[in-house]
Amino acid sequence: MAYIICKDLVLGYEGVAVTRPITFEVKKGDYLCVVGENGAGKSTLMKALLHLISPIEGELRMGDGLKPYEIGYLPQQTLVQKDFPASVWEIVLSGNLAKCGRRPFYGKKEKQNTEAVMKQLGIWNLKKECYRNLSGGQQQRVLLARALCATTKLILLDEPVNGLDPKATAEFYQLIKELNEGGITVIMVSHDIQAYMEYASHVLHIGKKQMFFGKKEDYMKSDAWKVFQYMGGDL
Amino acid sequence: MSDMITKLQFYLQYPFVWYALIVGTLIALCSSLIGVTLVLKRYSFIGDGLSHVAFGAMAVATIFHLADSTIFVMPVTILAAILLLRSGQNAKIKGDAAIAMLSVGALALGYLVLHLFSTSANISGDVCSSLFGSTSILTLSEYDVWLCVVMAIVVIFIFWFFYNRIFAVTFDETFAKATGINADKYNLWIAVMIAIIIVMGMNLVGSLLISALIIFPSLSAMRMFQNFKQVVICSAVISVTCAIFGILISVLYSTPVGATIVAVDMAAFFVSSLIEKMRKR
Repeated sequence: MAYIICKDLVLGYEGVAVTRPITFEVKKGDYLCVVGENGAGKSTLMKALLHLISPIEGELRMGDGLKPYEIGYLPQQTLVQKDFPASVWEIVLSGNLAKCGRRPFYGKKEKQNTEAVMKQLGIWNLKKECYRNLSGGQQQRVLLARALCATTKLILLDEPVNGLDPKATAEFYQLIKELNEGGITVIMVSHDIQAYMEYASHVLHIGKKQMFFGKKEDYMKSDAWKVFQYMGGDL
Repeated sequence: MSDMITKLQFYLQYPFVWYALIVGTLIALCSSLIGVTLVLKRYSFIGDGLSHVAFGAMAVATIFHLADSTIFVMPVTILAAILLLRSGQNAKIKGDAAIAMLSVGALALGYLVLHLFSTSANISGDVCSSLFGSTSILTLSEYDVWLCVVMAIVVIFIFWFFYNRIFAVTFDETFAKATGINADKYNLWIAVMIAIIIVMGMNLVGSLLISALIIFPSLSAMRMFQNFKQVVICSAVISVTCAIFGILISVLYSTPVGATIVAVDMAAFFVSSLIEKMRKR
């Protein structure tokens, strides 16, 4: 049984489809990279996985003990967040909110969890810093920590290295790799070839239609990959 | 100086000055709490739009000779708040245009209605006081004060109880939704709180100036502090202090209350900007 099973999934807004049928599955421990040109529906797929929109057709199921809201999400930065006056601690802690249920405030357990995650990601020393004063790489770590507070099963990363310098990018990928080796399932949307060449275990390539889904090694031999390279990789 | 103190002591004997101080403090406190969220969510204009709606509703209420206009004004404003926050997300008319439309529309209709049906001899005086607040604060009755206290308690309680959720929804609505937080519900609570505050504040500072109370203190606080809790607390302190100063000044020099409070708030904003600039050096 897989964490996520998508079968002929068609997505769109207000009944108008923006994707062709997508079929794939994500198992525990996988590292799936979603690639495809702009407008192929990558971010729409993200929204569907997060239950922000519902599918028009097809099947989207969660299994293997993964509950619908146990996906930790690392979004692209919004304008609001760029100058938001909040400390790192406040932001990471807010990832625990769903665990509070009906309780209005965070308990000891949530705070301990937050501390553990922050130490794991090496941002405990930034605890009192203001989010808006951090570097891009640090900000991504903070948002990653928040996602990990929400779940320990599956994280969903949306273009996580956009705007990071090469050093910060490499560090970030390394961090994700370690988390993946530690048992956390990763789904990443990325433009960056390096990301899935080096780290991913599976690739989902969507375009005008679904081009490929399978193991990375097979992807390298596939036609979709040739098309991808032909386009200069910059889709 | 001692002159001023004796004068103040003289005025403080009268209950109406205390009424004004109590009401002013509570409104300032509530508006600054919700103001931080509004400014950060880029909703500052909604406060402005809603206050115009409240003015329109007030005008309609006067035609029907309602003894207590709040009964009518409050639900209308809450409804408008909910509609505006909804339309911000997915509407044919874009959020800012919808607000502009609603606010000028309500303003024009309100004035028109007052003109056509008013029984009062002094229409422009009535309009002026609902737009800019009463020129004298003698007008607050004991009933107004109690109403204000109750509403303030409601707003402060909602804010306190949902503090963590409001933070999460303000910082990142998508993430909150993705982890199963019902963000729309909290947006609704935020809308209800704004509406309550605006209706409360109409008597004191008037409908044109109430959004100043919402925006200025939180902007000042954001310039000086770097975390959300501190910003909220500082904004409340600034707002309450400015309101008290403003009311005392207006009592001493018989200036219009609303405008005086807003002027003090502006001064506080410039001071905090200066502090920020000096720190950066």
